[in-house]
Amino acid sequence: MNLLKGPSARAAAGFAGAAVVLFALAPLLLSEFRLGLLAKYLCIAMVAVGVCLAWGRGGLLTLGQGVFFGLGGYAMAMHLKIADAGPGNLPDFMQLYGTATELPWWWQPFANPLFALAATVLLPMAVAAVLGSFIFRRRVKGAYFAILSQALAAAFAIWLIGQQATTGGTNGLTDIQGFFGYALDDPVNQRMVYFIIAAVLLLLIALARQLIHSRYGELLVAVRDSEERVRFLGYDPANVKLVAYVVAAGMAGLAGALFVPAVGIISPALIGIVPSIEFVIGAAVGGRASLVGAVLGAVAVAWAKTALSEEFPAAWTYFQGLLFIVALAFLPGGLASLAGIVRRRRAAAEKKAAVIPVGEAA
Amino acid sequence: MTVILGQTFTGISIGAVLLLIALGLSLTFGQMNVINMAHGEFIMAGAYTTYVLQKSISSAGISLLVALPVAFLVSGALGALLEWLLIRRLYLRPLDTLLVTWGVSLMLQQLARDIFGAPNVQTRAPDVLTGNITLIGGDDPLTVANSRLFILGLAVAAVVALSLTLRLTPLGRRIRAVVQNRDLAEVSGISTSTVDRTAFFIGSGLAGVAGVALTLVGPIGPTMGTNVIIDAFLVIVVGGIGQLKGTVIVAFVLGVLQSVLEYSTTVSVAKVLVLVGIVAFLQWRPQGLYTLRTRSLV
Repeated sequence: MNLLKGPSARAAAGFAGAAVVLFALAPLLLSEFRLGLLAKYLCIAMVAVGVCLAWGRGGLLTLGQGVFFGLGGYAMAMHLKIADAGPGNLPDFMQLYGTATELPWWWQPFANPLFALAATVLLPMAVAAVLGSFIFRRRVKGAYFAILSQALAAAFAIWLIGQQATTGGTNGLTDIQGFFGYALDDPVNQRMVYFIIAAVLLLLIALARQLIHSRYGELLVAVRDSEERVRFLGYDPANVKLVAYVVAAGMAGLAGALFVPAVGIISPALIGIVPSIEFVIGAAVGGRASLVGAVLGAVAVAWAKTALSEEFPAAWTYFQGLLFIVALAFLPGGLASLAGIVRRRRAAAEKKAAVIPVGEAA
Repeated sequence: MTVILGQTFTGISIGAVLLLIALGLSLTFGQMNVINMAHGEFIMAGAYTTYVLQKSISSAGISLLVALPVAFLVSGALGALLEWLLIRRLYLRPLDTLLVTWGVSLMLQQLARDIFGAPNVQTRAPDVLTGNITLIGGDDPLTVANSRLFILGLAVAAVVALSLTLRLTPLGRRIRAVVQNRDLAEVSGISTSTVDRTAFFIGSGLAGVAGVALTLVGPIGPTMGTNVIIDAFLVIVVGGIGQLKGTVIVAFVLGVLQSVLEYSTTVSVAKVLVLVGIVAFLQWRPQGLYTLRTRSLV
């Protein structure tokens, strides 16, 4: 019986439940189109796992996750474009502009599938490591960090748009046909992509949970709450933050890489300031410090966006704005904290109810 | 030679625009530590105010002059309302103000789209401001657009007005007192909540004035706030939070840097290079150009 109690047993049960929903119920109940959308939301949820770690646990409000999402996405899309074009040929948009007669040098390594796959995760992590070590060592934090990370997302998107000939500019890399030899317009292969995404998401959640419940996870929260005390205890807060930032970047990169086969496009519009904030918002609405909250929040907000914005684009923007305001101003713990608040209220009420008769008797 | 001078002056005029859009932020973000992402939409409100006034006032010159105070009041009122509704609940959580006000900015953008339509609109500049003035004559003349000179003048006037208000008036003294030590100000009989709201009114009002100036250099549209807000925040961060002097210097330096880099590369590469420069600069001075020396452990 004790197996069913305790946090790790509950987590295991939660994982089993999530696996059943993702691998059995969703493919069974949803149409191909809806399943494709779910795959997209799950990618956004992967970013939210990283956001939960860096922001919810570490207090690093990173508004530049779009950069890492984009690096992963472009790395994957570049390989798929080269593979679509076949050896020696140029990707279609380069032929269209006629600017390049051969692959630009920085595209060439991505012809190798192993290099491209590794790059989708390692490239964002490397960029985060360099940036983070600069930023955290000099104790740039709080608002400075948030604004700097946001500016990075803006600069990255602007740079991509400016390099029309080699990055596809505003259009981005579109019309991706194949995924490591499998045609993406085949529904069976689309389903396979969905299963890969669901599996990776569960893996990332497990990894994040492991980190959160380790000694490192406690240090991370300690740095968030009182950086100076952690420094006085002999740890270097910069390193602690760096790890969370780099891991979050890797997760965003992986999410971007898997987003490409699921949706078939990567473009600057998906990684600039606005999407970078949206990555954070899902996690904030669900509950930034709770993994389950962040993931469910990200999926729910992404779903609401599709459901409402198709029908009422204007109404959705108002609703989205209102959602941020209510969730952050009045429910800083997100929806995940609602249960706890209700429980505390009820406990307080019961205590009161239990105390009053005694008072009256005396 | 003229090329360099020309680029420098373009840079100074970019800097003047940057300074105007960042000036209000130096009060709300720099002094009050509130990251107001809706500041860009207050700029937009100022620009649309100019547009509306021009519809009812036929003379472009008079409507521009009327727009300056009216835009100040409109944006200022929006700012005070925002402070009263939301921000006063969030002074202890500055990072959350960022996301909450982002929600506000989304709603304001949509509101503008619903009222004025999604496409950009344009105002007529008064005749006085449409021409150019020749600074250096001869074979290789250096000319400057009058509207740019006007913006430069406006920026200088706004800085002077703000810094005099902060230095000399009782209101300015109260604002500085609240910024330096909120609790001590409160027990000294200063109503900190009134001061907060007034400071927010002035900061947001300055955004409105910036909006009026922006109608002279570009189109007016629902997304114009998003385009300028990051630059404005960067100016404050690099200048040093709460340091008016830093804001002024950095606005012009970044403007000239941007202009010179644009001349030698492209607009997008210049933006990226400026940003890399900022990250490098913060390595050297993590708290910005000017900092208030304190004994805190930051």
